[in-house]
Amino acid sequence: MIRVVLPAHLRTLSHVDGEVRLDLDGQVTLRAVLDALEDQYPVLRGTIRDYVKQQRRPFVRFFACEQDLSHEPPDSPLPAPVAAGTEPLLIVGAMAGG
Amino acid sequence: MSGVRVLVGTRKGAFILTSDGKRQQWDVSGPLFAGWEIFHVKGSPANPDRLYASQTSGWFGQLIQRSDDGGATWEPVGNKFVYDGVPGTHQWYDGTPHPWEFKRVWHLEPSLTDPDVVYAGVEDAAMFKTTDGGQTWQELSGLRRHGSGPHWQPGAGGLGLHTILQDSSQPGRLYIAISAAGAFRTDDEGATWRPINRGLQSEGIPEPAAEVGHCVHRIAMHRARPEVLFMQKHWDVMRSDDGGENWREVSGNLPTDFGFPIDVHAHEPETIYVVPIKSDSEHYPPEGKLRVYRSRSGGGEWEPLTRGLPQRDCYVNVLREAMAVDSLDSCGVYFGTTGGQVYVSADAGDSWTPIVRDLPAVLSVEVQTLS
Repeated sequence: MIRVVLPAHLRTLSHVDGEVRLDLDGQVTLRAVLDALEDQYPVLRGTIRDYVKQQRRPFVRFFACEQDLSHEPPDSPLPAPVAAGTEPLLIVGAMAGG
Repeated sequence: MSGVRVLVGTRKGAFILTSDGKRQQWDVSGPLFAGWEIFHVKGSPANPDRLYASQTSGWFGQLIQRSDDGGATWEPVGNKFVYDGVPGTHQWYDGTPHPWEFKRVWHLEPSLTDPDVVYAGVEDAAMFKTTDGGQTWQELSGLRRHGSGPHWQPGAGGLGLHTILQDSSQPGRLYIAISAAGAFRTDDEGATWRPINRGLQSEGIPEPAAEVGHCVHRIAMHRARPEVLFMQKHWDVMRSDDGGENWREVSGNLPTDFGFPIDVHAHEPETIYVVPIKSDSEHYPPEGKLRVYRSRSGGGEWEPLTRGLPQRDCYVNVLREAMAVDSLDSCGVYFGTTGGQVYVSADAGDSWTPIVRDLPAVLSVEVQTLS
């Protein structure tokens, strides 16, 4: 089971309280997690990565295990504690603007 | 009993203001979609309970929300706005080619006859259409591809398509305006388009009378006389009597002809309203006095409307989408400010009162007249 923490606005949008839990088959990569997240919560499509290029939105970051994974290739394996469900993947809205 | 529902988009959410036909006592609900920029909220003329909202964020992109019960509950619908084919480039501020990229929906215009049909004006400038109540959106790419698209250049606020007007007397005729490309018309429901900017003069562009490149801020039309159009350009208030084929200036005695919104009285096609703003570098009213100007002659001769509006130390702006009129017997006029006030006049502009004073900066105001 993969644990994901969404930023406040996306929790409101997807009617989620607390963490999201996802069941994933196969390798646990950022792309696989985001695909599963969007399958479970279709309203999040287009809010974390853009529709055309499937790239992370500029003011969205991915953190886990005290690492910034925002610039990692989307098909790289996520850290083992994320894959094991002992640590969450944090999807963060950057601190910017008002 | 008749009443009104005012739909307000702000920098930090949407608000719905309701009143009976007297327009003296108001209920305020909101914020809806708290913390998000709500560029525009508009109801379907064919079904007033059907509302659409453009919800956007620099962080999380674009959402479209739909209500089927007059704004009591909302559901997100489709938010996939993908340009048709290879989008190519428009001009960037420095004149270099810049790839077309979807940023946000500025304007939602529900069809006059079908609540499931909506036109969306977006940044970077393009027009999209849904026929399934917002679930899916298709670009009307004839606009972007009509020939001048690669030469369009953004205004300071972006390359936005902000005005969409439907001609009820000629199905298939639509008018749109883009900052800073100008006005365009289609007569075949978006398949083909042509610029309609003859008569516009813009000193800030290399060729002042160019076919495209004008920073049109807003166009307004009276439903009963759709061939007559009124325009607030970056500078200049303009009028066309032939469906946009030719324009002439009607700024007349305005203290300044810079501004953003323009609207037409619901029952008097020659009565129009603007809010003069000091200049394009000073986006606030001249002399710190918030004045709506009304012309009862379709432009040229203007009178200031000041009763109930602040006449000192007022330095707010009124954005292009932030004025609307209702169609009650005594026409109501509404506008919102960047200072968070929404004003109403229940007597066609003679006197004004604030409905709310302290909302976030107001981006858009629409009003529904309910029977």
